This record gives sequence, structure tokens and C-alpha cells, in this order.
Amino acid sequence: MLNWMRWLPENVSTYGGEIDAVIALIYYVTLAWFFLTLGVFGFFLIRYRRRDGRRATYVAGERLREAAWILVPVAVVLVLDFWIDLRGGPVWAKVKTTMPPTELTIQVTAKQFNWEILYPGPDGKFGTEDDRQFDNELHVPVGKPVRLVLKSKDVIHSLFSPNLRFKQDIVPGRAIPAWFEATKPGKYELPCAELCGFGHSGMKAWLYVHSPEEYQKWVNEQWASS
Amino acid sequence: MRESGAGTLDTHEHHAERGFWRTYVFSTDHKMIGKQYLSLGLFWAVVGGLLAHVMRWQLAWPDTAVPGWGEVGPETYNVLVTMHGTIMVFFVAMPILLGAFGNFLIPLMIGARDMAFPRLNMLSVWVFALASLVLLVSFFVPGGAASAGWTGYPPLSAKVEYTGVNWGLNLWILAHALEFAAFLMGGVNYLTTAIALRVPGMTFFRLPLVIWQQLTATTLFLLSVGPLIAGAVMLLLDRIIGTHFYAAEGGGDPLLWQHLFWFFGHPEVYVILLPAVGLVLDVLPVFARKPIFGYRWIIYSTIAAGGLSFIVWAHHMFVSGMDPRLAMPFSITTILISVPFAYIMFAMIATLYKGSIRFDTPMLWALGFIAMFIVGGLTGIFNGSAPADIYISDTYFVVAHFHYTLFSSVVFGGFAGFYFWFPKMFGRLLSEPLGKIHFWLTLVFFNVTFFPLHNIGLAGMMRRIANPLEYEYLVPHQWINVVATVGAILLLASQIPFVVNVVWSLLAGKTAPKNPWEANTLEWTAPSPPPPLNWGATLPVVYRGAYEYSLPDMAEDWLPQDRALAARSR
Repeated sequence: MLNWMRWLPENVSTYGGEIDAVIALIYYVTLAWFFLTLGVFGFFLIRYRRRDGRRATYVAGERLREAAWILVPVAVVLVLDFWIDLRGGPVWAKVKTTMPPTELTIQVTAKQFNWEILYPGPDGKFGTEDDRQFDNELHVPVGKPVRLVLKSKDVIHSLFSPNLRFKQDIVPGRAIPAWFEATKPGKYELPCAELCGFGHSGMKAWLYVHSPEEYQKWVNEQWASS
Repeated sequence: MRESGAGTLDTHEHHAERGFWRTYVFSTDHKMIGKQYLSLGLFWAVVGGLLAHVMRWQLAWPDTAVPGWGEVGPETYNVLVTMHGTIMVFFVAMPILLGAFGNFLIPLMIGARDMAFPRLNMLSVWVFALASLVLLVSFFVPGGAASAGWTGYPPLSAKVEYTGVNWGLNLWILAHALEFAAFLMGGVNYLTTAIALRVPGMTFFRLPLVIWQQLTATTLFLLSVGPLIAGAVMLLLDRIIGTHFYAAEGGGDPLLWQHLFWFFGHPEVYVILLPAVGLVLDVLPVFARKPIFGYRWIIYSTIAAGGLSFIVWAHHMFVSGMDPRLAMPFSITTILISVPFAYIMFAMIATLYKGSIRFDTPMLWALGFIAMFIVGGLTGIFNGSAPADIYISDTYFVVAHFHYTLFSSVVFGGFAGFYFWFPKMFGRLLSEPLGKIHFWLTLVFFNVTFFPLHNIGLAGMMRRIANPLEYEYLVPHQWINVVATVGAILLLASQIPFVVNVVWSLLAGKTAPKNPWEANTLEWTAPSPPPPLNWGATLPVVYRGAYEYSLPDMAEDWLPQDRALAARSR
């Protein structure tokens, strides 16, 4: 129960490991604080329980020398905070504010309660004849960055892939860019993570990560006519 | 008891004997108004708790009939999620922690005979009762109650066709508006009373900390609620006359609501937390027989945390679609808020150092609050880190986090205050053994219910889904949902000793003395329960701070705020 890192699902994205490392850093820091503070707390409770003939000692904690007992641990908290921020900043920037060069852009449109996955086809452009739409199926090649453009037709949805450590809310009226690069072929669930109406529970797509050969085969099958 | 015609009393109209209606219903007495808030809060706690149990049953054993309720469809599940959150935050936590304790304690602890504006105070509780009625009615209108989440994000909440809920959601907004009006009236009263009606000698730095926490919480509420009211008016206009404040197709922006909601919403968290912290801070010194550690530093920390709470709101929106460059600044301010709260928690623990700790029931609850809130505070750092939040947001990890903070505030903090001040409120003592059984059972089953939710959240279970079995990756973890639900049922059963204790005490409990805990603050100098106008002809005078316990060179280990010392031998 306490070994939280074991509960994360298998990571299959290039940046997932870095997100997990931030989670692990926070986990070990907070776990240490948990045992330290509750240890001191428990020790005080036993050591200073009421006993006959012993009075409490008058300590107001107002003078700096006394306050320092806890100002020092508070300073440690501050340092740890900045450590966590410093470690987290670059990870956030990599996942959310930068976009690696990609060959494949896929448009994901959410609506109550389905995902419409639109591929630009061989010409690489949306709005042309060879666009193909798939419902609730996202096919991508392994080892290639994939750019997503996220749109919604009605309410706010959120595209979540536990295995990719990917989550992005989708807001009507906006086209939100996002990306990921999968590292392992397989079939993974893509639930909606934002309450979107009575069909929210069960609104999900499947992510198919193919090996390069299989992906090419899938592309050839889908665009055989064009 | 009370001298008639005493000069200090004639600013208030009063009669020695008031009828039933003036005493129990249309009362302007701050103590009765506090009890009215308490009763309404406890009523809603029962409703909100039962909704939670229906939800938990559905999560553990999806699509089976809930005993006494029937099967829960997805529409109903969304109503349960929404109304449980709304009720617990606005109709349980606020009326109990702010409404009940604020009203009861502020005048008694500062030496005032009542609030500054007693009639406004009565209006406050009656507007809150009206808000309660409106919320209750919203369950029974065609289309059912609100189902867009307690956060009510548009466009889901802005158009009838997205949820199928029409008047239920309009009434939900109206109930909020009335509730805010009630607490605005209460807040004006709290601030005015504490500033203007302090008894001679009661300087700001001699106020008990619970008063400081109430005042800070009230100030946060007054400063933050305006934007949300504006937001709610726009939401209502979108719904009723088809404006486009939140509709992208008409040039509006759905994210505007989230900014307004969370600009209020994060201070609101502290509106609930701070009064609970205050209750615990006032219970600790009495039972450790020591001054609180670093009184002034705690006040500064509280104000700092309150100030910071206004610049952290977007941590609820890291993956919302707002400009991602905003995330790290908000992540830094958010994690910074751990500094003042770490100070307060450490000060609570340091108060125990070299104390003489009495483990009476109020103290057990206060200690339980410390232990549980530390867990909730630490897990907040996961959510506050923007990159970690990419994975964690909208999962049960968040649910576990805020139940460890809010449940520990309302239940552990609230019961600490309730068991501590019950003798003063009702003039009777509670049973200690029953109180201790209540505490230990609640502590155990609280953890059985909520601790495993961290784990299933890390495994990726989303909030607000009605059926976890619809996701293949969650099926192997379903046993956790069963454990949490069984824990929740036992947690509910753990409240039986509390009900028995209160009923038994009110009917046949021992009469409470003036000061059963040997505490220093002014409310313990009034009779239990205090009469209207609280003290006889003369008010107490204050000579010192609230936490002078175990002073050297004194035989007793406590020194009340109002006791004049002829000559200090020091």
C-alpha cells in the first residue's frame, strides 16, 4: 500500500519516465517527511503524556531562538520545494510547451461521447479528399513523435492515456496542440478524464501502437483506394 | 443572574423571558444562531453522507441495486457526484466551521454580549435556511438536480441539452447565491464584531487563535467571492436567455469560468481549513498545558497563507488548455504555500514538546487532525507540481488528497471543537468513553476508506466515472473500490456512538461546570450555557494572552485571561 511507485501503470512514452521521476522525487521526499514528522509527533505524545508530579514547561516559542527549532525545518521545506520545482520545470516544458518535429499530425475531435480521429492521408493536409476518420481508434507508429490537434464539438473533454502519461483537456473553440512518442507496440485505453455528461463513464478510445512495418501495412490498407 | 437596567446593556433590546419563537427560531442571540447553523450543517452532513454511500456502492458493485435506493444509472451518478461535493463544501463545512463555531465563539471569546449586528446575523442564518430549501427542492424538479460537477464547468453546465438538467441547475446556482449572501452578512458581522466589540484589554495580539483563523477565513471569503458571483450571473444568463459568455461559438470562453471559479475556489479551501486549524490550535494548549508554540508566528503564517491563496488558483487548471507557460509560475506559488502551513503544523507539534498531555476526547480529535492533515498536506505537493499533475489530475489521487485535507478539517477539526465546547454550548458533559470509541473507530475507518484511493488514483482511475469496470486496465484494481466502500459503510456506522452520546448527554448528562477543562479563554468565565448577553452586569476584563499555561512560580498550571494578579512575583 505504501509503495506508491509500483501502482503506476507501465510507461510506454518517451517522456513518461521523466514524469515518473518527478513523481518519485516527490514521493520519496514526502515519505521521508511523513515518517519524520509523525515520528516526532508520536514520540512527544508518549514522552510528554501526563504523569503525576511533573509539570509542563513554559515555552512560548516567541523568541527567535525558540522559533528557530521550527524555522530551520521550514527552511528545509522551502529548499525541497525549490528542488521539486527545478526538477519539474524542464519536464513540464518538454511535454507541454515544446513540440518536436513530426511527420504525422492527427486531429482528435471529442464529442459527447466519442472520439473522432482524423488522419490527413498521404498528402499530409487536412480538408482534402484523402482525409480518413476513425471512431475511437488511434493508430500510431512506435518510435515516432506524433502531433495531435485536439478539438471539441460540444463540452470540455480530456484525452487521457495512463500508459503514455498523457493528459490534456479539450476546450470547445480551441485547437490545442499536443504530442507524444510511444516506445512499445500494443493496445492501450484512452479514457475521457473530464466529466462530460451522462455518457462520460465509458467514453474511451483505443490507442494502437504499431511496429513501423505493421503501421505501414495499416496505412496501406486504409488508403488503398487513393 | 443579570442585573436589570445595567447601563452597558441598554443598547440591545432584551427581555428576561422570551417566547419559544424568539428563543429558538427567530433569535438574534449569536449562540442560538450558531446552534441553528450547526443543526442545518448536521442535517446536510447526513444527506451528503448518504449520497456518498450510494456512490461508493455503485463504484464497488456497479449496476447492482443499492439497498434502499435501487439501481444507479449514469445520469443519477453524475447528480450524486455533483450534489455530494456541493453539499459537503457549501452546506456542511461552511455552516459548521464558520457559521456555528464563528457565531458561537467570536462574541464569547472577545468578551462581547452579541454580534455587532444581531438582526443581520439572524437574517444570515435565515437566508442560509432559504438556500438549503432551494437546494433541497432542486432534487425534486423535473429533470432532476444539477449534474455538471460541483465545479459546474461550462459548456456542460451552460446548456440544458448537454446534461438534460434544466431547473435543477438553475436552482443550484440560486442556492449558491443565497448561501454566499448568508455568509457575506455573517462575514461583515464577524469582522465588525471582532474589531469593534473587544472587551478592554483584549488587544489583537491577545485574541485566541481560533478568532484569528475565523477572521482570516472570513476576509478570504469576502475578497474572493465577488468574481464567482459575477461568474455565476453570467452562467445563469447563458442558461436562461442564451448569452454566450462561456460559449465559444458566440465568442465566449469556457475557460473564463474556470479562472473565476478557482480564483474563489482556492481561497474557499482555506475558508474551510483555517477555522478547523483554529479549533485545533485552541484545543492543543489546553490539553498540553502549555502555551501555543509561536503565537505571533502562527498569525503571520496564517495571513501569509491567506495571501498566497489568491495567486495559486490556476494549479487546478494545469492541463485545462490555458497557456502552458503559466503552469510553472503557479506551480511555484502553490508549492510555496507549503511553507506557512509547514510552520503551523510544526508549531502544533512543538506545542506538545515538554507538555503534560491529557488525552481527553477533544485532544484526541485535535491530534487526529494533525496526523491526517499532514498526509493531506504532503499529497498536495504531488498535485501542485505541474508535471506530476499531468498524470495525477482528475484521478482518485486528487480525491484522496482533498478528503485527507477537507474531511480532516470538517470531521477531525470539527469534532475537536464540538467535544471541547459542547459543555459550554449545551451545559452538559459528554461521555468520555463513548467519545473515545467514536474517535478511534472514525480514525481507523477514515483511513480504510480514503487511503486506498491514493493507490487506485496512481493506477489511473478517473474521478466521476460511474463504472470502473468499463475500463480494462482498472478491472484488476477493483478490489480497492470494494475495500473503500466497506470502509465507508463502517465509517458511517462509527458515528453511532456520537449520536448516542449527544442524545444521552442532552437528556441525562451531567451538568457542566463553568470551566470543565481548566481553560484560559473568556468563554469559560461565562455560565454553561451562557445566558442571553453572555455575562451578568459586568463584563470580564482581559489582562493577558490566551495561552498562559504552566507559568513558572504559580501553583496552578493555568492563568485565565481575566484574572487580575495583585502582584506578580517575577
